[in-house]
Amino acid sequence: MKIDESLPLEYSTEENRLKILGFWIFLGAEIALFSTLFAVYFTLHNGHGDGPSAEELFKITPVMIETVLLLTSSFTIGLGIHAMRLGLKKAMMTFFVITLVLGLGFLGTEIYEFVEYIHEGATIQTSAFTSSLMTLLGTHGAHVTFGFFWGVAILIQVAKRGLTPETANKSFIFSLYWHFLDVVWIFIFSFVYLKGMM
Amino acid sequence: MESHEQQFLILNEPMIVGAMISIVVGALSLFIGITYFKKWGYLWREWITTVDHKKIGVMYILVALVMLFRGGVDALLMRGQTAMPENGLLDAQHYNEIFTTHGVIMILFMAMPFIIGLMNVVTPLQIGARDVAFPRLNSVSFWLFAVGTGLFNISFIIGGSPDAGWSAYFPLASLEFSPTVGNNYYAISLQIAGLGTLATGINFLVTILKMRAPGMTLMKMPMFTWSILITNVIIVFAFPVLTVALALMTMDRQFGTKFFAMQDGGMDMLWANLFWVWGHPEVYIVILPAFGIYSEIISTFARKNLYGYKSMVISMVAISLLSFVVWAHHFYTMGHGVMVNSVFSITTMLIAVPTGVKIFNWLLTLHKGKISFTTPMLYSLAFIPIFTIGGVTGVMLAMASADYQYHNTMFLVAHFHYVLIPGTVFAVIAGFHFWFPKVFGFRLNEKLGKLAFWFITISFNVAFFPLFILGLNGMTRRMYTYSESTGYGPLNMLSFLGAVGLGIGFIILVYNLYWSIRYSPRDETGDPWDARSLEWATHGPVPFYNFARIPQVNDLDAFWYAKKHNKPLWSGPIEKIHMPNNSGMPFLMSGAFFGAGFCLVFSWWIPTIIFTILIFVFMALRSFEQDHGYYVSVEEVERIERELGGEK
Ligand code: HEM
Ligand SMILES: [Cu+2]
Repeated sequence: MKIDESLPLEYSTEENRLKILGFWIFLGAEIALFSTLFAVYFTLHNGHGDGPSAEELFKITPVMIETVLLLTSSFTIGLGIHAMRLGLKKAMMTFFVITLVLGLGFLGTEIYEFVEYIHEGATIQTSAFTSSLMTLLGTHGAHVTFGFFWGVAILIQVAKRGLTPETANKSFIFSLYWHFLDVVWIFIFSFVYLKGMM
Repeated sequence: MESHEQQFLILNEPMIVGAMISIVVGALSLFIGITYFKKWGYLWREWITTVDHKKIGVMYILVALVMLFRGGVDALLMRGQTAMPENGLLDAQHYNEIFTTHGVIMILFMAMPFIIGLMNVVTPLQIGARDVAFPRLNSVSFWLFAVGTGLFNISFIIGGSPDAGWSAYFPLASLEFSPTVGNNYYAISLQIAGLGTLATGINFLVTILKMRAPGMTLMKMPMFTWSILITNVIIVFAFPVLTVALALMTMDRQFGTKFFAMQDGGMDMLWANLFWVWGHPEVYIVILPAFGIYSEIISTFARKNLYGYKSMVISMVAISLLSFVVWAHHFYTMGHGVMVNSVFSITTMLIAVPTGVKIFNWLLTLHKGKISFTTPMLYSLAFIPIFTIGGVTGVMLAMASADYQYHNTMFLVAHFHYVLIPGTVFAVIAGFHFWFPKVFGFRLNEKLGKLAFWFITISFNVAFFPLFILGLNGMTRRMYTYSESTGYGPLNMLSFLGAVGLGIGFIILVYNLYWSIRYSPRDETGDPWDARSLEWATHGPVPFYNFARIPQVNDLDAFWYAKKHNKPLWSGPIEKIHMPNNSGMPFLMSGAFFGAGFCLVFSWWIPTIIFTILIFVFMALRSFEQDHGYYVSVEEVERIERELGGEK
C-alpha cells in the first residue's frame, strides 16, 4: 500500500480516497432518501383524521433538548477529527466518546417524546400524519442508533490499533455521517416542529 | 374464482404444482450432480466467494438469462390465454398473478441485472482498471440481488404471487384488497435487490470517476462507459425513492400505518407518485446502457469513429435530467388538472429531442461506413427502426388529451414493448454476443446467431404490432379474456404466434451457446472483431488482474489508434500487482437477508429479528476484519502472460 505522507492520514492511500468519495456519493443517496420522506410528510401532515394534529402534539421542550444535544455532538466530533489530524489519539477518543454520549442523550429524549405521543393517543397507526411523522423521525433516529454502534466499533479499533490510515479513514467517514444526521435534524427541527407549532 | 388466501403451499393449481415438482426435481439433480462431480469446492472458491468483477458479471448474466426464461414462460402463458376468446387456460386470479410477475421479473430481475452484468464485465476493462473500487461490496451487491430474485420467485409456490400489477397501485395493493402475502413478497424482495443495486451505483460511480487509466479524460471515455456513468447517477438518486416507497408499502400492509389508506388522512395517489418518480428513471436505467452498447457496436462494425461524440454525451445527460421530471405521464387520467398534465406532457415530449439526436448520430456513423453484418451489428441495425416506432407511439401517448384514448389499452402495452425489447433486450443480446469472446475466448456461432436474430426480430413484430391495432380498437390491458363478439380473436391469435416465434428464437440462442461451447474455434488474439476500446487490448479470456501493465491513453478509442498507428499502449516494466482477497461473507450475509426477508413476508417477528441481528453481526465482523488483499509477484504475472500467448 502506497502511503502519501503529504496528505492527511485519512486521505493518505488510494483506497482511502476511494472510500471517502464513495461515502460522499452514499450521502447523496441518503439526501434522496430523506427528501422523499420529507415529501411524504409534507403531503400528509394535514391528514390527521380523528387523531391529534401537529399543534396539539408538539411540545417545545424535548425538541429543544434534542436539538442542543445533537448540534453539540456535531461540534465535538469536529473537534475529534481536528485532534486526529494533530495525531492526538487520546483527545480524539475523548471527543468521540463525548459525541456518542450526546447521541445517546438525543436518543433517550426522542424515545421519551415518542412515549409521550403514544400516551396522547398518537401511535404510528393513528393517522397519515402520525405515520409520516414517526417514520421520518424514526428513520433519523434509527440512523443515530446505527451511528452509535458504528462509533463504538471505531473507537475500539482506534484504541486497539492506534491512528493508522485505516482507522483515521473510518473515523473521518464516520464524522461525515454524523454531521449529515445533524443537517437532517436541522431540517426536521425547522420544517416539521417549528412549522408545526406555528 | 379460487383465491389463494391463507395457503402456505399453493396446491390448488395443477400448473403451479407441476412447476413446483419440476423445480424440486431440478434442484435435487443439480445438487446430486455437483456432489457427484465434486464441484462444491470449486463453486465456493471460484464463484460464490469471488470478488472478480468479470465473474460477478457472468453470474449476473446467468441469473438474468434464467429470469428471461421465467418471464418468457409467463408471457407465453398470457398470450396463450388471450389467443382465443373465452379461453380457459388461466383464470382471472392466475392471469393477474402472471402479468404482475412477468412485469416485475422482466424489468427488475432480467433487464437490470443483464445490464449490470455487462457493466461489471466491461466497464473496468474499458477504463483500463484492475477491478472496481470496492470489490467486496460488488459481491454483496450481487448476492443481495440474487437473494431478492430468489425470494420473489418462490412466492408462487410458497404463499402466492403478488397480483396487483408490477406497479402495485394502492388501494388495490393494500391489505384489504390483496390479502395474501403476495404483495409482501413484492415489497421485501424488491427492497433487498434494490439495496444491492444502490451499492452497485455507488461502486461504479467511484470506479469510473477515480480509476480510469492515466490519460483517459472524461471526454476520452468510451461511450458505453459514459452511459454507465450516467446510469449510475440515476440509480443513486432514484433508488432511494423506491426504498422509501417499498418501506411504506410494507408498513401499511404489515404494521397498519395509514400512508396510502383510504381513510385517516391517507392518500392512495401518493403511491403512484412515489412509484413513478422511481419508475420512469428506472426505464432510463435500462435504456441508457443499451444506447452505450449500440454506440460501441455500431462504430466497431462500421469501422468509423462514433459520429457526434459530444452531442451523444450531452443528450444522455439531458435525458437523465428529464427522466426525473416526467413521472406523472403515467397517470394523466387520474384527475390532476389541465395545468399539471400540460407541464408533464411537455417535459415528456422534450425527451424525444435528445433521443432523436442519438438516432441521427448512429445513422451518420453508419453513413459511408464499411459495414460488416455480424450478429451484434444486426441487432443494432434492427434496433434503430423498431425503437423509432416505440418512440413515435411514445410521443402519441405523451399528449395528455390523446392519452385519454390510449390509456390502459393494449396500445400502451405495444408501445412499451416496442421500447423495451429493441431498446434493452436487443442491446443486451447484442452485447452478449459482442463481449462473449472477451470473457470466454471464443465467439458464438454466427450462423446460429443470425438465425436466432431473424426469428426474434420478425416474431417480435408479429407479436406486438397487432397490439397497437387491438388497443386502438379498445382492448384494455390486464384483461384475462374477452367475448367473441368483440372481434379481438384473430389479431390476438396472430400475436400469440409471434410470441411462440420469439420463444423459438430464444431457444436457438441458447442452443447456440451450447453449440459454441463445444465446437466454436478458440480465438487467440483477444481482439476477434478488430475493435476499438481498451477491453480488447488485453487477452481473451482476460487474466484475473485484467492488465499486466496499466495502459497509457492519449486518444478516444485508444486501442484502435494504437493498432492503426503502431503506437504502444504500454511502457515500462511489469510491476507486482495488488489484488483483493475472496470472501464468503457477502454470500453468508445475503443468506441472513434471505432469512429475514422470508420471515418478514409471513410476519414471523421473532425469527425476523434474529436474522436481522445476524445481518448486523456480519457488518460488525466486517468492520473489525483486517484484509489488505495480496500481491501477485512479477514472475507470476510474467508466467501467466507467457501462457496466454505473449505479453500484452
Ligand atoms: C418476450 C416476449 C414478451 C412477450 C410475449 C410479452 C407479453 C406481455 C403481455 C401479454 C403482457 C400483459 C398484457 C396485459 O394483459 O396487460 C405484458 C406485460 C408487461 N410486460 Fe411483457 N412481454 C415480453 C417481454 C417483455 C420484456 C422484455 C419486458 C421488459 C423488459 C416486458 C415488460 C412488461 C411489463 C412491465 C408489463 C406490464 C405488467 C403489468 O401490467 O403489470 N415484457 N407483456
Ligand atoms: Cu414514464
